[in-house]
Amino acid sequence: MSEQSPLKSQKSHYSSSMLLKNAIAESRLFNDRVLIAWGLVICMIVLILIGRMFHLQVLSYDHFTTLSERNRLKILPIPPTRGLIYDRNGIVLAKNLPSYTLEIIPEKVTDLDALLLELQQQISISESDLKRFHRSRKRTRRFKRIPLRFRLTQREVARLSVRIHEFPGVEINATLSRYYPLGEIGGHALGYVGRINEQELKRLDVSDYSATQYIGKTGIERYYEDELHGTVGFQQVETNVRGRILRVMERQNPVPGKNLYLNMDINLQRFAERLLAGERGALVAIEPATGGVLALVSTPGYDPNLFVNGLDHKTYQQLRLSLDRPLFNRAIRGQYPPGSTIKPIVGLAGLEYGVRQAGTRTWCPGWYKLPKQSHKYRDWKRSGHGHVSFHQSVEQSCDVYFYDLAHDLGINRLSTFLQQFGLGHPTEIDISGELGGLIPTREWKERRYGTAWYPGETLIAGIGQGFVLATPVQLAVSTATLAMRGKARQPRLVFMTEDAEQKQMQPTTTKTLKEIQLKNPEYWDDAIGGMEAVVHGIRGTARRQGKDLSYHMAGKTGTAQVVKIAQDARYDADKLDKKYHDHALFVAFAPIEKPEIAIAVLVENGGSGSRTAAPIARQVIDYYLEEVSRNY
Amino acid sequence: MRVSWKVSPTLNLDIPLLLGLFTLSGISLAVLYSASGESMAILIKQSIRLGIGFFVMLLLAQVRSQQLMRWTPIFYVIGMAMLVAVLLVGTVGKGAQRWLDLGFMRFQPSEIMKVIVPLTIAWYFADKPLPPNYKRLGFALILILIPTLLIAKQPDLGTSLLIAASGIFVLLLAGIPWALVFGALLAGGGAVAAVTLTPLREYVFHPYQWRRIQTLLNPESDPLGSGYHIIQSKIAIGSGGLYGKGWLNGTQSHLEFLPERSTDFIFAVLSEEFGLMGVIALLMVYVFIITRGLYIATQAQGIFGKLVAGSITLTFFVYIFVNIGMVSGLLPVVGLPLPLISYGGTSIVSILSGFGILMGVHAHKRLLSE
Repeated sequence: MSEQSPLKSQKSHYSSSMLLKNAIAESRLFNDRVLIAWGLVICMIVLILIGRMFHLQVLSYDHFTTLSERNRLKILPIPPTRGLIYDRNGIVLAKNLPSYTLEIIPEKVTDLDALLLELQQQISISESDLKRFHRSRKRTRRFKRIPLRFRLTQREVARLSVRIHEFPGVEINATLSRYYPLGEIGGHALGYVGRINEQELKRLDVSDYSATQYIGKTGIERYYEDELHGTVGFQQVETNVRGRILRVMERQNPVPGKNLYLNMDINLQRFAERLLAGERGALVAIEPATGGVLALVSTPGYDPNLFVNGLDHKTYQQLRLSLDRPLFNRAIRGQYPPGSTIKPIVGLAGLEYGVRQAGTRTWCPGWYKLPKQSHKYRDWKRSGHGHVSFHQSVEQSCDVYFYDLAHDLGINRLSTFLQQFGLGHPTEIDISGELGGLIPTREWKERRYGTAWYPGETLIAGIGQGFVLATPVQLAVSTATLAMRGKARQPRLVFMTEDAEQKQMQPTTTKTLKEIQLKNPEYWDDAIGGMEAVVHGIRGTARRQGKDLSYHMAGKTGTAQVVKIAQDARYDADKLDKKYHDHALFVAFAPIEKPEIAIAVLVENGGSGSRTAAPIARQVIDYYLEEVSRNY
Repeated sequence: MRVSWKVSPTLNLDIPLLLGLFTLSGISLAVLYSASGESMAILIKQSIRLGIGFFVMLLLAQVRSQQLMRWTPIFYVIGMAMLVAVLLVGTVGKGAQRWLDLGFMRFQPSEIMKVIVPLTIAWYFADKPLPPNYKRLGFALILILIPTLLIAKQPDLGTSLLIAASGIFVLLLAGIPWALVFGALLAGGGAVAAVTLTPLREYVFHPYQWRRIQTLLNPESDPLGSGYHIIQSKIAIGSGGLYGKGWLNGTQSHLEFLPERSTDFIFAVLSEEFGLMGVIALLMVYVFIITRGLYIATQAQGIFGKLVAGSITLTFFVYIFVNIGMVSGLLPVVGLPLPLISYGGTSIVSILSGFGILMGVHAHKRLLSE
């Protein structure tokens, strides 16, 4: 086009502008319009735009900066490590083990189906594993880890680790999960942790548990949840719009939970559990001076490890529906008639209220009748005990003495006194789910049944039957209270908590129970003397346990009726089904001079306290005094 | 090569305008590198497109005004034919029928109409006395309205309004009476109000267009849907502050919160990384280019050249205003790129073509004065 003649081009241009004389006017009109467009429109609009930017970038800067940071930064919680649990010797009872999970990042996998097939040849992957994997894959971003198999065995981890480089996008990751190395031993005391359920989620501090998967469900694990859990940590991360973490900006480490040291001696616990093995029963041993729980047994037991990662429905139903009720913690939740084990305390009430003197004798013909009534309240010994004092009544476990005494005391005085020994209300032992037993009063019966209290019911209460109920831990506490002559302490499983980072030990707070002040301190000697005779006396119901004792032991047998025996009928164990046999009980403490252990033993349907329960108590006390206590 | 008076020694290129356009290209590459997540591939593609654009500009700068004028009616007819073809056999993309598939490439005829419409109106007025009488004005309006409606039908409201504006700018510069201008503005405002405030809108707007208008008024009403773009864009701009977060440090763009960050919303990336200072600097470059463009228009000989140069420059400004207004939440979201900054070939080529014509007009004038 540049080859064209400029002259020709000009000529044609001007020939096309027909009205040449108007060109100057038109040009001026045009220039005016351009000036207006530039000055009024363009400059004004540019100023408006700058004004808008000033508004956004200067006046609203803080607002938008906040929004921008909120877009970009996410707070991710880091779970704290759960505190460990040790026995009094430092043996680990509950710890955290790495649990290995096989995870896949779909983004990094080229052929997922082929990979899954290949992995299935290496380790076992069930149909339900695959189903769960595919389900969560649909809900998850492609760059996030999706678990395929939980709880890999050591062998599987080893086998996969060797070849892991062949599988891009496959990772083996470890999380901590709870492990109870001793299994069943101490299981009822320790309890267990499990995955947090929705109910628990409602009452929890949501931020503190934001990264936590497990929570204490029963036992110490539940009671000391706050100490064991620790405090959640955080990391502030920068993420992109799809939530991929790009870098960690800031990190606040979690505070691990506190370690717990128990009063429990795991060897004593194991020993006691073996003695009760095969029975349905419970045993609680307490150090009277401190309230420290040396052993807390409930048989049958279960392996708490089963519950940590959820057990299958069938196993759970087996445990739950078993007639032996292995999940039931008899030591704190089993409420049994204490039977004769409360007789020393009932006798003490007689002395304290001045209803009896220590030497006062009662005639026992083998039965007792209320005035103007024909019903005979039987003594366990049909032929009767003859003239018996408080001391002899405890030694031989005479029922008539206590029928008569309870009648004279009346139910309310009897109840008030028994309650001082920790009966009828929870002992507040540091374990969840404890029940309070029952010490009846007139008012209670009125409230509960709407009927009046009958004098006969006072008699039955006087020998620890009828309405009276107590848990094994309550019986251990009341025995410890006797041993300490009224100066008992709250039972405590946990002895010390330890700050896991600073290794500082701190004793747990224990409450001294209200001291029982008797009018005459010698009354204690009378009650304890009677209990000593139970073991060491010629007619003591547990005299067989007194043989070859290297220390002085005070005890009391008890046999609690499960079925009511008809008037004039005899209890014949051979003719009764085992589940209707009497419960066998024995409470004891030793040495009498300086009590180191107080114990309550219960064997469900064990028959007689002296034959079944007392030998267990003796062996446990022997073991403790000879093997355990010496070492402190 | 022998220098002859026929050939301009500067290849008809206007040095100040060229410097302004080069500055914009530099800004574009810098911001795009950041917006694309530091992608060299995108940078190279954009450079190639800029190269093609500048080459087309260089070619068009050599075309004489009266040659252009001679071809203009033919361009108009071909353009209209293509617009009709789009409606009949066009390719559908993003809910609109805008493209012609030519086998080797997809072509958007509405883009070239942005240049053809002002050329046509200027051509129509070139041999008629100005200011135009009402009969000629009416005819010119029809010439504008037909392509506008055809494009609006695709539907592509943004482009059709822009094309209408480019034609109307010629009318304004041709000296139509102010009374008429204000009357039209009032009538237009009334029509907009009537359409948006009454059920009439159901016949006029596509649902997505109506949603964009609502989103403008209250973006928070649908933060994850249609309001998302504008919310994230305002966050990016606002959090830039006075001096910005620094080049390559914009979190909104680098963490991909900001959608369309390389194309229509690239202004938000610039605002986030360079702050108010960067925004003002960019606007100053734009104002410089526009001022130079309008100056060229005033200096042009012949009314055709004046009208074309003025209209091209003002249309360029409308692009800037609409894009920045949209990104900063002043105007509804219409798919318009930020001229010469956004990633995308068609708009670069069409805008630089306009500047090529502009420079051709200028060169013509200088030849005369020599």
